[in-house]
Amino acid sequence: MRFSGTENYVATEDLMVAVNAAVTLERPLLVKGEPGTGKTVLAHEIAAALKLPLLTWHVKSTTKAQHGLYEYDAVSRLRDSQLGDAKVKDIANYIKPGKLWQAFAAESRQLLLIDEIDKADIEFPNDLLLELDRMEFFVFETGETIKAQHRPIIIITSNNEKELPGAFLRRCFFHYIRFPERETMERIVAVHFPGVKKNLVREALNVFFEIREVPGLKKRPSTSELLDWIKLLMADDIPPEALKAKDVKTAVPPLYGALLKNEQDVHMLERLAFLARREGR
Amino acid sequence: MFFTLLEGLKKAGLPVSITEYLALIEAVETGVAGYSVEDFYYLARASLVKDERNLDRFDRVFGQVFKGLESDAALEGILAHIPEEWLKTLTQRMFSDEEKARIEALGGWEKLMETLRKRLEEQKEKHSGGSKWIGTGGTSPFGAYGYNPEGVRIGQAESRHKRAVKVWDKREFANLDDTVEIGTRNIKMALRRLRKFARQGAATELDMDGTIRSTAHHGGLLDLQMVPERHNAVKVLLFLDAGGSMDEHVKVCAELFSACRTEFKHLESYYFHNCVYEGVWRDNRRRHTERVPTWQVLRTYPADYKLIFVGDASMSPYEILQPGGAVEHWNPESGEVWMRRFLETWPHAVWLNPVPQKHWAYTESIAMMRKLLEGRMYPLTLGGLDAAIGELSH
Repeated sequence: MRFSGTENYVATEDLMVAVNAAVTLERPLLVKGEPGTGKTVLAHEIAAALKLPLLTWHVKSTTKAQHGLYEYDAVSRLRDSQLGDAKVKDIANYIKPGKLWQAFAAESRQLLLIDEIDKADIEFPNDLLLELDRMEFFVFETGETIKAQHRPIIIITSNNEKELPGAFLRRCFFHYIRFPERETMERIVAVHFPGVKKNLVREALNVFFEIREVPGLKKRPSTSELLDWIKLLMADDIPPEALKAKDVKTAVPPLYGALLKNEQDVHMLERLAFLARREGR
Repeated sequence: MFFTLLEGLKKAGLPVSITEYLALIEAVETGVAGYSVEDFYYLARASLVKDERNLDRFDRVFGQVFKGLESDAALEGILAHIPEEWLKTLTQRMFSDEEKARIEALGGWEKLMETLRKRLEEQKEKHSGGSKWIGTGGTSPFGAYGYNPEGVRIGQAESRHKRAVKVWDKREFANLDDTVEIGTRNIKMALRRLRKFARQGAATELDMDGTIRSTAHHGGLLDLQMVPERHNAVKVLLFLDAGGSMDEHVKVCAELFSACRTEFKHLESYYFHNCVYEGVWRDNRRRHTERVPTWQVLRTYPADYKLIFVGDASMSPYEILQPGGAVEHWNPESGEVWMRRFLETWPHAVWLNPVPQKHWAYTESIAMMRKLLEGRMYPLTLGGLDAAIGELSH
């Protein structure tokens, strides 16, 4: 099994090597990068390329490591006990398997995405060390051991909100998705919008990279914003000429709402455009 | 097998371990990376580096090791501290095509690295222009913002003449490396360490343990127990130095301030000038009209508030020691007396200083303030912030 990008996803060479190493050695792959550079999408594309079923575990600030293994639904058991339900006798009826259990117990190899691991408590990764290493865990309530039949491929994404513990990192491969260069970006746009006009893309990318260069932006637009924007431009049939940033009157790009998500940034851009207009006069 | 690389990484201060090294060897054995150097570079990077801040250092070590320069001197060369202002210099020379044509390459990559090492050893001063020394805007093969067809770039964000040599020499991760530069986001990350959760307020969450205990107690009749949700319980009292010598640090302080705002539920901030005296103010624009008596502040907030001062502590020693020493008004009691009152009221206190730590020794008042705080003064860098937060959460 080798991953080499898909028709919907442009993978750089270093990314391919990292993914293939993780797949071959059956170790988790930790993916970091600016928001909107396609970390989560990557897992979906790997699953599609290698034809593996995808399990997604979205981590939230309240998620505990235990949630990924299993949960014991004590409340329904208590309720059932008061109703005299026969189910009560067997505790296994109240054990709800989590995503890791599902991945371990599956008949075929699975791809497990642990999304945004940094959202959880700081101890969360440490609590998963043994489970990810040995790919097995023990269920106290029933006394059984769940062991992976096929070691799942695990992709972990992080937005860097918390430092991950060293012991956890040592067990992973790591890839940092860099912000795409212009050439890569052109390929990405081409993959998503095969029918788009060449000069529209050129002008749009000019504007896009120019906006990214503006110092002091609170949130610089990323790949996903660019794709949204181009989609809008195509839908509104904006001519490429309208994007020429040097044009005095239209210095603020059309439909900029798709690129800038923050009113301070929009104000700043408008002010810069105003200054540019004044200079141009 | 690749022990030189591992050793080089260790020396450059990267946290690499045997586990990762073995993983790399295993991966190489399975043939994941094919047989090109570039693939090996990607593979080594994915298995040995786990933090994007270290990617740049990895690139440099990799470049050195695989050019056969394993000697200690070379590795020290990498670590040699090149002052930032050398490289910040914006003296950019633009060359005409004839000039470019006239510039001769030094001949061969190996020779280039060899010469770089020698130059690093020889050179001790900042240099700009010229055609031999490492610096900026010149025609020497070493340095930045200049032109030489075989140039080795040092401290330049991107290749201006698009002549990068190897992938790892592109140093694309250089801007992720720096620990000196701190932005709001970084500060938030550091401050997050200070969060402490406590259950307060309305009972909205199911208390599983309590419910089971209570149900058992009632002979099996379900008795739901609720607990309040967990909230951030850290209270912070922030004192910001405003005006005077702090003007150049205003941006950093504003960032710290905006980061604080979102991170804590109880955050009270006050301004002072140079040192705290009998009055502080909440709004810097109305500092002369709306002063709050410091006594009132001292009485208002209980001792569980964490006290954070932000200021450069750079002033005349009299402003701390003498009654009447303040620059703006006549103070009946000395700054030292007031500082002691603060520290007695709030035992958890730190001082964050935007002045770089290596300059602290040259300012007497910084040393005095540090002594007053029993050494709890930290530089306003990410590392300093981390240490300060560590101190506060004890």
